[in-house]
Amino acid sequence: MNFGARIAFVLAILIGIAATAVYILHPRALPAPAQAARPSAETRLLARGEYLARAGDCVACHTEINGQPFAGGRPMPTPFGALYAPNITPDEETGLGLWTADDFYRMLHQGVSRDGTLLYPAMPFASYTKVTRTDSDALYAYLQSVPPVRQKNRPHDLGFPFNNRDLLIGWRTLYFKEGEFQPDPAQSAQWNRGAYLVQGLGHCAMCHTAINALGGSSESKAFEGGMIPNQNWYAPSLTSNREAGLGDWPLQDIADLLQTGVSHRGTTYGPMAEVVYNSLQYLSDEDATAMAVYLKALPRRDSEAPPTSQARLVDPAVMELGRKVYAVQCAACHGGEGEGHAPAFPPLKGNQSITMLSPVNSIRMVLNGGYAPGTLKNPRPHGMPPFAHLLDDAQVAAVITYVRVAWENNGTPVTPAQANDLRKLLPE
Amino acid sequence: MIRALLTLLAVAGTLAQAAPPAPAEDATTPAFKEVDSIEARVQGCVTCHGNAGQGTRDGYYPRIAGKPAAYLFNQLVAFRDGQRKYPPMNYLVATLPDAYLREIARHFAQQRAPFAPQSAAQVDPATLERGRVLATQGDSRSGVPACMACHGVALAGMEPGIPGLAGLRPNYIVGQLTRWRVGDRHAAAPDCMARVAARLSDPDIAAVASWLGQQSPKDAAPEPANLQRMPYACGSQEPK
Repeated sequence: MNFGARIAFVLAILIGIAATAVYILHPRALPAPAQAARPSAETRLLARGEYLARAGDCVACHTEINGQPFAGGRPMPTPFGALYAPNITPDEETGLGLWTADDFYRMLHQGVSRDGTLLYPAMPFASYTKVTRTDSDALYAYLQSVPPVRQKNRPHDLGFPFNNRDLLIGWRTLYFKEGEFQPDPAQSAQWNRGAYLVQGLGHCAMCHTAINALGGSSESKAFEGGMIPNQNWYAPSLTSNREAGLGDWPLQDIADLLQTGVSHRGTTYGPMAEVVYNSLQYLSDEDATAMAVYLKALPRRDSEAPPTSQARLVDPAVMELGRKVYAVQCAACHGGEGEGHAPAFPPLKGNQSITMLSPVNSIRMVLNGGYAPGTLKNPRPHGMPPFAHLLDDAQVAAVITYVRVAWENNGTPVTPAQANDLRKLLPE
Repeated sequence: MIRALLTLLAVAGTLAQAAPPAPAEDATTPAFKEVDSIEARVQGCVTCHGNAGQGTRDGYYPRIAGKPAAYLFNQLVAFRDGQRKYPPMNYLVATLPDAYLREIARHFAQQRAPFAPQSAAQVDPATLERGRVLATQGDSRSGVPACMACHGVALAGMEPGIPGLAGLRPNYIVGQLTRWRVGDRHAAAPDCMARVAARLSDPDIAAVASWLGQQSPKDAAPEPANLQRMPYACGSQEPK
């Protein structure tokens, strides 16, 4: 190789090195951001199971106050004694760890445990029987994915004869109809979705259909309301325009009440606030609207005639006492004419939950107060203070009588004895 | 023109008549200026704790104004989750999320309502003196530290987790100390109040409660944390 060729060779190498250095050192555009990993089929299944578990509000009964999620042990007082919800975490000894998807579906669908034990209907399998196999499998997969907790189930505390599960065979014959939800082809997909959620996982009938002396609820009385056993709250009828019938409600207000906890027509308190807090606030807008569509379309069935003018007669002295109490204690939030400041403070004028036949909820609210649930869409709810320590039974009865009949409200008067009955049950 | 003015006056007169009468000035009567305000949102608290958290005429419900925000937040969470048991409170806050409870706690921590004049003690001077000694010096024989060692010389508490005691009525203080002693009320571990309460006899509890019930400082805010070393380790003072 001659001198010139050598120089050329060295130069070529140097240029090569320089070019490499420039290539390496020269800044370039940042790498394209990694595509958000598309969730795997498993992830999607578990997320759906979690959503459905919330729609079914499993956590409310299957978690003790302060306890581990789904580990059970929470007492459910019933007229027949206390039942204790079992551990549904995937612990192999004390929970569902050894259950198969078939075991789980049979339990949900038929109310029969893995070992063949008949479940007490405190487990709402009369509603959950409507759940599809696909949804049951998603729920099963989700419950298998939560942390297992070793916690033995507490035996139920039922008196004779209700501690004999053979009685359940009779109960099931009378009150249990097995079967997945069957869509009604005459209705919209939205109505059917709403019906599926309300009748199935939502298990609304557990409270909103009256329970008879045998702990059964009759299909012919579906959603006609009733006292919630052992909670001393009245679950209003969803089919009566005189109670919580939603026939004349704007759809958005129904969806808001379910998902947000407050609306322009009324607010949830007590057990319904808990349902919204634990369950309904997590529904998608589509599902909340679908439930609203179905609820709004429920057939109107007023089981009681509107009160006669005779029944609505009020002693003028009581009315005057009620008006005075109202002006001092209530008007600041609910307005001088009961118009309210919705959705912060609900209106009392034209509010079905004020005028409905049972005054239980109104009396409870005046005695104990209450906060609407803090939800994703309404995280800082307004609340009502207790008045039990400021108003005596006569004042409580008078102010509730006043709001039930003032401003063209068509309710009936309330007696001091009714206020006193609930005062004795005050949380104390 | 004059007719228009008269009409206007007449309308104004009607409006003035239609306005509801101003409610009697009372700390327990619901009242607020703006619906969309924290003041309106905490109306659920006022009939027991007073509009500004100053406490009310009723002897049991405690003053909450000016207590450290972290203390109030801890109590609200404990009521919601059931670690602290008082059914009317457990029910009221059952469905309120952490962030909101923190905001409520901060609101009442910022209130500087004046302390109500306290009613005269219902106990004999010797008992009151025993209470004063316990609160200001403690009892070294039974190992009871002075209340002031942790709750501050002004008895207005200490940031972040120790509540003020001034403004509380004797029966509330007796109730809490007794609950602590029987294991019904707890604080974050290590639970220093449980150690104190275990060393107090019934007469000592009554004595210290009646003396504390007489204290009505002019203006008091919680002491900053860690100015003083505390006689017992308290979980509520640990950073979270």
